[in-house]
Amino acid sequence: MLAKRIIPCLDVRDGKVVKGVNFEGIKEVGDPVECAYEYNLQGADEIVFYDITASHEGRGVMLDVVRNTAKKVFVPLTVGGGIATVDDIRDTLRAGADKVSVNSQAVKNPQLIKDGADIFGSQCICVGVDAKAVAPNKWTVYINGGRIDMKLDLIDWVKKIEQLGAGEICLNSIDTDGVRGGFDLPMLKAVVDAVNIPVIASGGAGKLGDFAEAFQKTDCSAALAASLFHFKELTVGQVKDDCRSKGIIVR
Amino acid sequence: MIAIIDYGAGNIFSVKNALDYLGCENKLTAKKEDIIAADALILPGVGAFPWAMSELNKSGLVETVKEQARLKPFMGICLGMQLLFDKGNEFEECDGLGLVKGYVDKMDEPDLVIPHMGWNKLEINRDCPLFNGLGKDEFVYFVHSYKAFCEDENLYAYCEYGSKVPAVVGDGKYVYGCQFHPEKSGETGLKILKNFAELRT
Repeated sequence: MLAKRIIPCLDVRDGKVVKGVNFEGIKEVGDPVECAYEYNLQGADEIVFYDITASHEGRGVMLDVVRNTAKKVFVPLTVGGGIATVDDIRDTLRAGADKVSVNSQAVKNPQLIKDGADIFGSQCICVGVDAKAVAPNKWTVYINGGRIDMKLDLIDWVKKIEQLGAGEICLNSIDTDGVRGGFDLPMLKAVVDAVNIPVIASGGAGKLGDFAEAFQKTDCSAALAASLFHFKELTVGQVKDDCRSKGIIVR
Repeated sequence: MIAIIDYGAGNIFSVKNALDYLGCENKLTAKKEDIIAADALILPGVGAFPWAMSELNKSGLVETVKEQARLKPFMGICLGMQLLFDKGNEFEECDGLGLVKGYVDKMDEPDLVIPHMGWNKLEINRDCPLFNGLGKDEFVYFVHSYKAFCEDENLYAYCEYGSKVPAVVGDGKYVYGCQFHPEKSGETGLKILKNFAELRT
């Protein structure tokens, strides 16, 4: 059977890894290629670059990051952030990414999912979804980094994503993101049950056991975290050892 | 020199990156003379079977590839592995290269997600030089919706996904095929590629 995947995510701006503000109030800055290589050594099953660059020139820098990473990291690479057109998808894949992750643009223009899947194959189209609870077991979809409520029902949206041909969903809960109290299991379970494509859990991992818990309590395929790995509170290897000790199949 | 046969298929740069990283001299090429001069050949591929065969036919390389695959180490990767078989059944029946006995058909696992995508464990069926130095629990990265149906003697390794999915196949001589992407399978994949690069005629 397939191994459950542990995925570190790197936020990249203008070709540098950025992280809000850490405990001492210092902005962490790093080389994304080196960070990706380090995660690769730790046993990451996949690496996600999330491009938070706003400018057009910045995109070119991101593609260089992908190109350089693909020369020394031999696990799948996913690039998200700012991908709005089929040409953006093509450029990103040609630079060496294996998948792209589309989010706000897919909500605004769902045809992007279908066009991307038709041209490049479902396996390279991941749709990122940010959602927040409005009532028990009811969530709506947000765009622009969680700033705009689209009043779109989460379950309706994920079913549509699958129907449009996406290969995977990366589900981020705005309610648990940054809280570090574990993944949003009710939301995760609702989405996993609604679709038949792999779902990546995102948002909320704060301690070692949170990953295994997501795999034990839902049928999600992968779990993603950024800060936890970035600030070296945990390594990918430690998370995998914990999962393995609980009988979960990991690489 | 390893020739990576470039007939317009997808993942050639990842294969090249991996060989460069391993320090193996290689060349992306669609030229007959390069294929003939090479010490070993890699046939990559992403896409659909009939499309890939038609591109190979258009490039005029089919006969050269078939002939050279008998003379030196040859590896098909992903769709490139599927093309090794006699026939493919993706959208329409289509002749393959006929280097390994068998055919390719849609994976039929109603309870499982298709494509089979992710890391799965290699189960060795018959030892072969590509497995030199591998441990017991080795995972490799798959992305595919079709699989090979072949004879046990040609099946070197498989993985379990509902049923047995051929992962490494071969003709017992120079021809090898990997259904997974060794160039995306971390250290395990690099070891397999290195083992391939070290094969000699």
